[in-house]
Amino acid sequence: METPLTRNIAPGKPPTDMGAYEQNGGYQGLRRAMAELSPGDCLQLVQDSNLRGRGGAGFPTGMKWSFVPMEKATPGHKYLICNADEMEPGTFKDRLLMERDPHQLIEGMILAAYTIQADIAYVFIRAEYHTAAARLRQAIADCYAKGYLGENILGSGYRLDMLVHSSAGRYICGEETALISALEGKRANPRAKPPFPQVSGLWGRPTIVNNVETLCNITHIIERGADWFKSLGVGEDAGTKLFGVSGRVKNPGCWELPMGTPIRDIIEGCAGGMEDGYQLRGFLPGGGSTDFLVAQHLDLAMDYNVIGKAGSRMGTGTMIILDDRTCPVGMVKNLMDFFARESCGFCTPCRDGLPWTSQILDDIENGRGCSEDLASLENNIGFIGAMGNTHCALAPGAMEPLQSALKYFREDFERHLSADRCPYGEAN
Amino acid sequence: MVIINIDGQDYQAREGQNILQACLSLGLNLPYFCWHPAMGSIGACRQCAVVQFQNAEDERGRIVMACMTPVTDGARFSLGGDKASTFRRNIVESLMLNHPHDCPVCAEGGECHLQDMTVMVGHRDRRYRGRKNTHRNQYLGPLIHHEMNRCITCYRCTRYYRDYAGGHDLAAMAAHDHIYFGRHTDGVLENEFAGNLVEVCPTGVFTDKTLVQHYTRKWDLQSAPSVCVGCAVGCNTMPGERYGKLKRIHNRFNAEVNGYFLCDRGRFGAGFVNSPQRLDYAAARNADGSYDAIQPDAALKLAAELLQPDNKLAGIGSPRASLESNFLLQQLVGAGNCSPGFSALDHALIPYTLQLLQQSPARIASLQDIESADAVLVLGEDVTNTAPRIALALRQAVRSRAFELAAELKLEPWQDAAVRNLAQNQRSPLDSYLSAESKLDDIARHCIRCNPEQIADHANAIVSALNGGTADSDSASDIARSLLAARRPLIVSGSGAQSAAVLEAAAAIVNALHRVNPATMISLSVPECNSLGAALLSSDVSPSIAALAERAVKGDIDTLVILENDLTRRCSPQTLALLYDNISNIIALDALDTATVSEAALVLPCATFADSEGTLVSSEGRAQRYFPVISTTLDRQPGWYWLLQLGRAARRDDFAELLHFDAVSAACAAHYGQLAAISAAAPLHDFVSHGLKVPRQPHRYSGRTAMRANVSVQEPRQTQDGESPLAYSMEGLNRDQGGLLPFVWSPGWNSNQAVHKFQSEAGGPLRGGSAGVRLLDETTDSSGSPAAKPGLPETGQWLLVPRYRIFGSDELSVRSEVIAELAGEPLLELNAADAASLGLGQDDALCIEGAAAIAVRINDSLPGGCIGFSAGYEATRSLVAGSRVAVSKAVDWASSRSQIISSDGGSRHV
Repeated sequence: METPLTRNIAPGKPPTDMGAYEQNGGYQGLRRAMAELSPGDCLQLVQDSNLRGRGGAGFPTGMKWSFVPMEKATPGHKYLICNADEMEPGTFKDRLLMERDPHQLIEGMILAAYTIQADIAYVFIRAEYHTAAARLRQAIADCYAKGYLGENILGSGYRLDMLVHSSAGRYICGEETALISALEGKRANPRAKPPFPQVSGLWGRPTIVNNVETLCNITHIIERGADWFKSLGVGEDAGTKLFGVSGRVKNPGCWELPMGTPIRDIIEGCAGGMEDGYQLRGFLPGGGSTDFLVAQHLDLAMDYNVIGKAGSRMGTGTMIILDDRTCPVGMVKNLMDFFARESCGFCTPCRDGLPWTSQILDDIENGRGCSEDLASLENNIGFIGAMGNTHCALAPGAMEPLQSALKYFREDFERHLSADRCPYGEAN
Repeated sequence: MVIINIDGQDYQAREGQNILQACLSLGLNLPYFCWHPAMGSIGACRQCAVVQFQNAEDERGRIVMACMTPVTDGARFSLGGDKASTFRRNIVESLMLNHPHDCPVCAEGGECHLQDMTVMVGHRDRRYRGRKNTHRNQYLGPLIHHEMNRCITCYRCTRYYRDYAGGHDLAAMAAHDHIYFGRHTDGVLENEFAGNLVEVCPTGVFTDKTLVQHYTRKWDLQSAPSVCVGCAVGCNTMPGERYGKLKRIHNRFNAEVNGYFLCDRGRFGAGFVNSPQRLDYAAARNADGSYDAIQPDAALKLAAELLQPDNKLAGIGSPRASLESNFLLQQLVGAGNCSPGFSALDHALIPYTLQLLQQSPARIASLQDIESADAVLVLGEDVTNTAPRIALALRQAVRSRAFELAAELKLEPWQDAAVRNLAQNQRSPLDSYLSAESKLDDIARHCIRCNPEQIADHANAIVSALNGGTADSDSASDIARSLLAARRPLIVSGSGAQSAAVLEAAAAIVNALHRVNPATMISLSVPECNSLGAALLSSDVSPSIAALAERAVKGDIDTLVILENDLTRRCSPQTLALLYDNISNIIALDALDTATVSEAALVLPCATFADSEGTLVSSEGRAQRYFPVISTTLDRQPGWYWLLQLGRAARRDDFAELLHFDAVSAACAAHYGQLAAISAAAPLHDFVSHGLKVPRQPHRYSGRTAMRANVSVQEPRQTQDGESPLAYSMEGLNRDQGGLLPFVWSPGWNSNQAVHKFQSEAGGPLRGGSAGVRLLDETTDSSGSPAAKPGLPETGQWLLVPRYRIFGSDELSVRSEVIAELAGEPLLELNAADAASLGLGQDDALCIEGAAAIAVRINDSLPGGCIGFSAGYEATRSLVAGSRVAVSKAVDWASSRSQIISSDGGSRHV
C-alpha cells in the first residue's frame, strides 16, 4: 500500500528538511513540470487524476482551477492560497503534513500556482499552528535559496513569491471567501457567490484557495501521473487520504489510507476499537460539522458519494466517536456552542439562530427543557440548516450533528425532558 | 421588460433589477432590512427571502434572497407561500431575540422599520427563553444618540458610513451575536454626513439627538416639502413641526438632487428657527435709542412715512432671501437703487459665476449627474465645507470605474459587496487643485496644493493640453488625458476660492473639453441658498453695498430697506459706518436679531424658511419652492408679505394687483426672462388633489382637539393656508404629487422606507416628477468678462486664503445650538516652515494688520506664503480673501488664554 503523503513522516522521525526531502525524490515533480509541462498540461493531469478537495466539500480540484481566466490579456496579479486554517473540531491532519513535511506542501503549491499562472501564493495558517508556520517559513526561505521560488524558477521564466500569513483566529476563516476577506485585512465575513474567487478573489483578482492536503497531493500527481493516482483508491475516489479518529478508542490518531477504505478498518483496525467498557454509539465521519453515522454504517467505504448517500459528509475524514457513556445532547450542545461562538455575525439565521438553538439545548441538557423544545429544534433545523437559507455553509454545517442526533438519539432528548435532568449524570 | 411569475401570477419586471426591487416596484409588500436603494444588496439580514422554483414542474423550490436574485425572464417565485412566509417570520423572531421591548420609550417608535416588518411577517410570540444581550452605549456627539441594545445587525450603518460616505470612525466590531456598531472610543462622529444614520438605521440605534430633546412622534409631526437653506445645493427636506416648534429635518427624496441623503449642516442646522433670538414683533426705535414693540398697523404707518414718494429710496437684498422677497424689494426701491446684498468680492464673483453657467455649453450637473461622472477635476472649491452634499456625490462618482469592471463580469451595480470586492481601491480619476487638504483627498488621485493664482495657471496648462498642446507638468497632462478619455467628465469649481481667475480657468477647461465631448458637465458652487437667484435678479445697474454707501455720503439716500441680510458679514465696519451715519431711516426685515437689525429705525419680524413660502435657485440653476411647515405666529410674516405691505403703505400702484404669493412669483417670472419658469417650480396655491389640498398632517395626527384645551375647550378653526397648495390638516390625499411631498407614509410602512410607495419604481424618481425646474439649460451668449475686480489690499507678503467649515462658516446654521457647539474657534492656518519663520508654535496666535489676535494652527497642507483663515467667523470678518497682509506674532497669547480659562473656571465656583 503506497502512502505518498506521509512517505517522509513517521513517528519519532524528525521533520523533513530540504536535504532530506530532496534525497527522497523531492522537487522532482517541480523539475519535471518546469522542464516539460505547460500550465495546460498540469491542469489536464490534475483533471484526469479525479482529485477532489480534501478540505471537506470534495469539489473536483481540476475543475475548480479550470475556471481561472488564463488569457494573457488580463494583466495583474493572480493568487494561490493554501487554506491551512484547520479549525474543524476533531481535525488535525493538515497540522501533521505541515509540521512534518513542509516541502511537500510547498512543492504542491508551486505546481498549483504554475498551473493557474499565479504570481503570489499565501499560506493562510491557523494562529495556533506556530510550529508549522515556523517550519514553513524556513522551508520557503530554503526554496528561495535553491531557486524553487522567486524569479525565474529553475530557469523556466516563471516567477512566484510565497508568504505565510498567520490567521487572527476564527473558525470562519476556513471558509474560502472569509479567508480572502481576512487576508485583505477586513472582517472575516464570507462573500456571496457569484462572483467566485476564481474570477474575483483576493483584491478582486483571480484566486484559487485549496486545502493543505489537496495541495500536497498535487506534488505526487504531477510527478507520477493521473493513472497512478487513480490506482491508489480502493473505491470510487482517487488517491489516498489522511483519516483520523478521536474519542474513546484505544489508539486515537491519524493515518494515510486509500480513498474508499471501509470505516470499520479505520476505527477497529487503525484506532484499535473502543476502549474497554465503552460501546460505539455513533460517530461524526468528517469533523464537527458532519451528520452522525452509527454502527450500521461501519462497513461503508470512505468515499465522498458513499458517505453522502448515507446522509452525512466525508468532510475532513477525521472522525469523532460518540460512546455509550457520553450524553449525545451534551455533545451536540458543545458543538453548537462552538459554532454559535464562531459565527461571523453577518447573517441572521446563523448569528441569532445558532445561539437560540444552543440555548434550547442548554435548557434540555440541564433539565429545564419543555415539551415544545423538540419542535423548536426541528423548526430551527429547517430554518437554519438548509443551504441557501444562510450566507455561507457554517450554520447548515452546525445543524448537521443536531439533525442527525435527533434522528438517531431522539430517545436521549426525550429522556432529558421526562427526567428533567441529564440521564448521563453531572459529568456530562 | 421581462415576465416573472409570483405566486401564480405573471408580472412585468425590468431587467437589471433584483427580485426585491421588482416586488416593491410592483407594490408587493416584501419585508427587508439590509437592502437600501442607494446602497444595494449584500444578503445579510435574509429577510427578503422568497422561494424560487427551478422550472414549471418544481413544486418544492428553494429559498433565495430576493435582493440577491436578478430578474430573469420566466422565473417563477413564491412570495406568499408557507415556506417563504415561515422563513421570514423566523428571521424576525431571531432578530427579536435580543431586541428590547422598549418601543414606548424609543425615539424610533411609530416610524420604525423593524416594527413595520415585525407586523408584516406576523411574528407575535417569542419562543426564546434566554437572556437578552446588552451593550454599552457611546457618546457620539451632540447630533446623534446611540442605543446599541436595539441593534438588529443589518450592517446598514457601517455600509453607509464607511462605504458610502467615506467615514472611518464607525465600524462593526466583535463577532457572532455580540457585534457592536460604534466608535473605537466615545467621541463626536467625524463624518459630515453622519446624520443620515438616523434615517439609514431601520430601528432605534441611531436617533436624532436634537429631536429627542423635544420629542414628538412622527405621526404627530406636521410636515411640509421644503428646501435646505444651509448652502446653495438646494437639497430637498421635510421639516417636521409640533406646538409651533420646528422639531427636526428629514430628507425629502429627489432623484435628481439629494436622493436619500442630507449633510449634517442641513439636517441639524435649522435650529435657528426656534432660537430665542427670533424677532417676534415689529419694533420702532425710540428717542433713547432702544426699541419699542409696536403693532403691525403702527409699523406700517411708520413705514409709510419713511417711504413717502419724495424720499430717495434704496434697498439691500439678500442671497439668503427668496426670489419673491428680493424681487419685491427691487420693485419697491427701483432696480438701480437695489443692491443684491453680496459682499464686495461676491458682488463681482457671483454674477460672474452665473454668467459662466449661462454661457457654458456644457450641462450644469445635478447631484445625480455628478454621481454619474467618470472623471472629475476640482478647482479651488472645498465642496465638503461649502456645498457638502456635492462631496458625498463625488464619492459615488469615483465608483464609476468599479461599475465598469463589474459590467465586464456581468455583475449588477446593486451587488454591492461583489462590486466593492472586485474593484477594491480602483477608482475613476478625481483630481483636485486646492489651497489646502480636503476631506476628498482620500479618494483623489492628484491632490495639488497651491494658492488660487497658481490654480488658474495650472488650469490653463490643462486647457493647452486639452487643445493638443503640451502641458508643462506631468499632472496637468495626466489630468487632461483622463478628462479626454472619460465618457462623462465633470469640472467642479465655484466662488469659494474668491477668485475670478479660478472660475474663468474652470470655464475654459469646460469649453475646451466640451468641444471634444458634448457630455462634459460643469458644477460651480456659490455660497448661499439663493446666491444664484439674487444674481439672476441683479444687473449691471445693481449697486454694490459700498456703492450705496458712497451715495449715502452724498446724501442720495433717505430711506434704506435691508432685507434679511446681516451687513456685518458683507462689508467692513468703515463701509457700514458710512451707511449708518448718513442714512437716518433704515427699515430692516429679518427673522433673527442681528447687528444690522440694531441699526434700524423700524424692524419688521420675518418668517424663516419654516414659516413662509418662497422660491430659491440652487447652484444647479434649479428653482425650487419651499412651503411653510409652521403657520406664522406672533407678528412674524414672510419677507415678501411685509414688502407687499410696504408697497401698499407707500401707495404704489404696481403693488395693488399683487394679492398672493403666486401673483408675486408670476410677476417676478414675467419681469425676468430667465425666471419665466419659476411659477412651474411647484403647484400653485389653488391646486387640489381629489378636491382637497395636500395635507401636512398624517391621518394619525393626535391631540388636534386637545392641544389648546388649556386655552379653550372649543376646537378652533383649522389654520387656513391661502398661499400654498398644502393644508394644515389631516384631510386630503398625499399621493403622487412628486415635488409636493410633505411626508412619507403608506399602510404598513410607517418608517421613511415608505418612500418607495411614492416612487415610479423602487429607488426611481417620484411619481409626479422631481421637484423644481432647471432655469439655465439654454446656453445664452451674454457678454463676457468678470465685473471689475475690487482692489485688494496689498500691505504685506502673506496671501489670505479662506478656509471654510461645514459647521461655523454658514450664517444661519451656526445660530442653531448644536452647530454652534461644533463650530469651534476661528483659526489662522499656515505651514510649519512659515510658522517657524514667524517664530510661531502650535499654541501661538497671530495679529493681522494689528487687529485682535487669532489662534494659529499649523497645517502643513497649505502652500508657502499663504495664511488660511476660518471663513464666516466674527473674528475673521475683516480679512479679505486674496489680499496680502502683514502679520505679527501675538504677544502673551498663551498667558492671556490661560487667564481667561482660569477666570471662567473661577466664576463657576463663586
